[in-house]
Amino acid sequence: MSGWLAAAGGNSPSIPAPHIEYGQLSPMLIVFGAALLGVLAEAFLPRRARYGAQLTIALLGLAASFGAVVVLAAQGHATTEAGLLAMGAVAIDGPALFLQGLIVLSAAVAVLTYAERRLEPRLNGNAVDAFAPQGAAVPGSEQEREATRAGFASTEVFPLTLFAVGGMLLFPAANDLLTMFVALEVFSLPLYLLCALARRRRLLSQEAAVKYFLLGAFASAFFLFGTALLYGYAGTVSLGGIADVVSGVAQVTPALAGSTQNDALLLIGLAMISVGLLFKVGAVPFHSWTPDVYQGAPTPVTGFMAAATKTAAFGAFLRLFYVAFPGLRWDWRPVMWGVAILTMVVGAVLAVTQQDVKRLLAYSSIAHAGFILTGVIASNKQGIGAVLFYLAAYSFVTLGAFAVVTLVRDSKGEATHLSSWAGLGRRSPLLAAVFALFLLAFAGIPLTSGFTGKFAVFQAAAAGGATPLVIVGVLSSAVAAFFYIRVIVLMFFSDPRPGGPAVAVPSVLTRTAIAIGVLVTLVLGLAPQYFLDLATSASVFTR
Amino acid sequence: MSYLLTATCAVPAAGAVLTAALPGGTTEARRRTAKLTAMAVSTAALVLAVLVAVRYEPGGDRYQLTESYSWIRSFGISFSLGVDGIGAVLVLLTAVLVPIVLLASWHDAEPIQNPDGTFENLRRTQGFFALVLAVEAMVIVSFLATDVFVFYVFFEAMLIPMYFLIGGFGDRAGGPDASAQRSYAAVKFLLYNLLGGLVMLAAVIGLYVIAAGQGLATFDLPTLTNAIADGRLVIDPTAEKALFLGFFFAFAVKAPLWPLHTWLPNAMGEATAGTAVLITAVVDKVGTFAMLRFCLGLFPEASTTFGPVILVLALIGIVYGALLAVGQKDIKRLVAYASISHFGFIIMGIFAFTTQAQSGATLYMVNHGISTAAWMLVAGFLISRRGSRLISDFGGVQKVAPVLAGTFLIGGLATLSLPGLAPFVSEFLVLVGTFSKYPVIGIIATLGIVLAALYALLLYQRTMTGPVKEGVAGMADLKVRELAVVAPLVALTILLGVYPKPLTDLVNPTVDATQSQVQQTDPAPAHPVAATTGGEHK
Repeated sequence: MSGWLAAAGGNSPSIPAPHIEYGQLSPMLIVFGAALLGVLAEAFLPRRARYGAQLTIALLGLAASFGAVVVLAAQGHATTEAGLLAMGAVAIDGPALFLQGLIVLSAAVAVLTYAERRLEPRLNGNAVDAFAPQGAAVPGSEQEREATRAGFASTEVFPLTLFAVGGMLLFPAANDLLTMFVALEVFSLPLYLLCALARRRRLLSQEAAVKYFLLGAFASAFFLFGTALLYGYAGTVSLGGIADVVSGVAQVTPALAGSTQNDALLLIGLAMISVGLLFKVGAVPFHSWTPDVYQGAPTPVTGFMAAATKTAAFGAFLRLFYVAFPGLRWDWRPVMWGVAILTMVVGAVLAVTQQDVKRLLAYSSIAHAGFILTGVIASNKQGIGAVLFYLAAYSFVTLGAFAVVTLVRDSKGEATHLSSWAGLGRRSPLLAAVFALFLLAFAGIPLTSGFTGKFAVFQAAAAGGATPLVIVGVLSSAVAAFFYIRVIVLMFFSDPRPGGPAVAVPSVLTRTAIAIGVLVTLVLGLAPQYFLDLATSASVFTR
Repeated sequence: MSYLLTATCAVPAAGAVLTAALPGGTTEARRRTAKLTAMAVSTAALVLAVLVAVRYEPGGDRYQLTESYSWIRSFGISFSLGVDGIGAVLVLLTAVLVPIVLLASWHDAEPIQNPDGTFENLRRTQGFFALVLAVEAMVIVSFLATDVFVFYVFFEAMLIPMYFLIGGFGDRAGGPDASAQRSYAAVKFLLYNLLGGLVMLAAVIGLYVIAAGQGLATFDLPTLTNAIADGRLVIDPTAEKALFLGFFFAFAVKAPLWPLHTWLPNAMGEATAGTAVLITAVVDKVGTFAMLRFCLGLFPEASTTFGPVILVLALIGIVYGALLAVGQKDIKRLVAYASISHFGFIIMGIFAFTTQAQSGATLYMVNHGISTAAWMLVAGFLISRRGSRLISDFGGVQKVAPVLAGTFLIGGLATLSLPGLAPFVSEFLVLVGTFSKYPVIGIIATLGIVLAALYALLLYQRTMTGPVKEGVAGMADLKVRELAVVAPLVALTILLGVYPKPLTDLVNPTVDATQSQVQQTDPAPAHPVAATTGGEHK
């Protein structure tokens, strides 16, 4: 203790000033900067100017961040120039840059759907979006009615989303457990808030947020506790350092020599960190929040969460298992086999009984987490590339699908009950065809991005010796296909119900979002070579 | 490199896109534009298919007119096409049948008029004709693909347009729950075939992983088969059996082989007659074709091992399908069960491993396609006149519509393999070829012919002869369009029955090549040929 005080007193000059590579951290810094700008705009701009300003700040920030990612990749930071930044806290390498680019793009598409103001009927002459007029107002209260009358809008969703994006950019790049934890919290907290902000069915939305927050807090606690145990084992939180201790290359400080021999610390720590991450990707048995949160959250937020959170969490997952614990492959693989099999089977089977399209997509996202896990388990270079590709394919299909869900509406808002989707194909053939395309991509039908992704992960898993996983994956794909097709049947071959929902005509924002979804789905299905190469060349972790 | 094969696939594909993009509407002119466009495209595809068949040299290389374009290099996938004898005749069959099916379905896909006079689904006509062309394109790619992955992709993707054809368009003879029945049939079709396809996907990946492990990271079929033949690629026998079963399962669902056939009667019963022909005469042929090309080519050992089991399943299919056909009350389901029986013959011919049986099986694919198309399409005309599919609703048709009854009889007689009509040649070859190696199975299979006479002639007797039933009186005979549909089919049935040589010449070299891949030889004749050729001694 006295040593600490002495250092603080300035007697010891040995604490170096941290060296920060601002240029190479710029994708994150730009997004955080844009988020702060958004907060300022929210505080100082007049109410009517905020919507336009926030949308502009968010889109420009994301575009600039993507530009930074591209520049860094072009400078070779993804391959030859890969390395560690900020004194080893952050890595810049292929997977990090690929996932950062992907997260920024998905966030941009999600922001387009956030900003949609044509779907809700105008209130007192004000165009309104999918978010509650005032988050703090109690649902159904006089205060809420006043806020509605006054034409308030929750434009703070844009900076909140940017903060979440910043955390997500850091999460797959974090090279020590503490940075990873901070990133986890930075992107989770805004998401909890965003979930609670639905304009319609606010109680459901708030319930979803509370559930997500409580369970998320548990998961974070598990992650943190695991970090502590691993520190106790290895004497370091750096991923590379842990790997060195596990493999016996590096000696730990004498103070820890006693506990380093204790594999219990290592294994329990690993298990607890895995619980934290498996919660975020929505793998069984840590999936139970997914359907409730997906259903309750405002649909644009659901789309954003489903795509970007999954991408970020799987990125961190890959880095953790490939950088810190490659030496423990034989310990974690059997457990992950079990988790992957359970996730695929439970996700697919439970989805069959769902009656709500958002819950259906939630269970489908669980099944997809299982498919991605088969790629993670492959524990080879192909596996990393395949997971990266799958995440790209999945993100855009998901964003597109949730964007379509926002368009099917009745007087009570979005008509998410499946029965009201009956006959949609007769009334709006184009919209139904687009949704059918997304469903077919989810089902992994050839010539869509979903098939290429599934082929890539299964092929990697088979090459990694996980043939039984591939067989389970194929069989659960067949089960999953059943419920996707059920929706197609409903849309095209059932008679429309009288008084059923109408399809709202969206503005150019949602149209662009859906068009990007369709385009990516088709390009990654028909001509995936360039993107497979990109994912493959980006599949080497630095440490 | 010639672009002929690509063009043969691309023309119907582009035509599908074009037809789908044509403006919808309720006016007759708009619909006719779509129909004529589709007809023109399918005719162009026919011309190209004929060119392919003409340019194919039976004595030449195994795969001809080959083309290859890199597609997904990471997995060694290229868009490779090549035609062999069997592929050539099946592409020809497809290209002949599609315009006929389109012509037969001329009025089957009009927009639905609501009771209040408004129209729904204004693009229905464009949709139907575009979907048929899409199926044609995908089927042709499947017949020409020499890359396992490309084949798989199109084999699977074909399900989607088929699914919409079955689920979205039915004949006007359904009951009050017709729409529910139809979506049930469509879903059943899709799930059966998708499950088969996914199991095959696991096998495709397995094959790739094994080949890549031995330095052959490719899906190129000739490369793989050559490597297997000269021992550069060694697949462990257990793995080979598993992979064979994975591939075979998908093809057996598609073909369909008993006991995986149950989707076929639903699908053929509920779909329009044109779609039913597309299913049984075109799409299902991809299954039997793929057994020959992929199962036998890639897994010769396993094919020989499982051959007898498959023969027994095929035999059960022959008898079972025929028995159920006898008992059907619904005309279209009867044709479907008859088809199951015929697919039994085709699969039996493939796995009997004699040259005669295999070349019979290949001819059978063509002949069954033509004769069933004739039978089914005339049945469709009959059903649309009466508004019912039930056999008991018909009677005495030959008195009011003699030409219709006559062509229906020819279709039926072809199905029961009357000598002089095309299916006779192929059925005879299959039976003789099987008998020479598996006499018992050959003998039992002849039951199929006897039962075929029963169901085909009973159907004719019940619907066409006897007193003219209420509802049948005043039935119009075949119109010009319908005659144009039936005439080429009847002509081909007779022509190929009398003179099958052009077909056999095309097919035989490929059959021989397939036979030698599985290292099977024909059994020696029971009476040594040496005794007769011995006469050459001076």
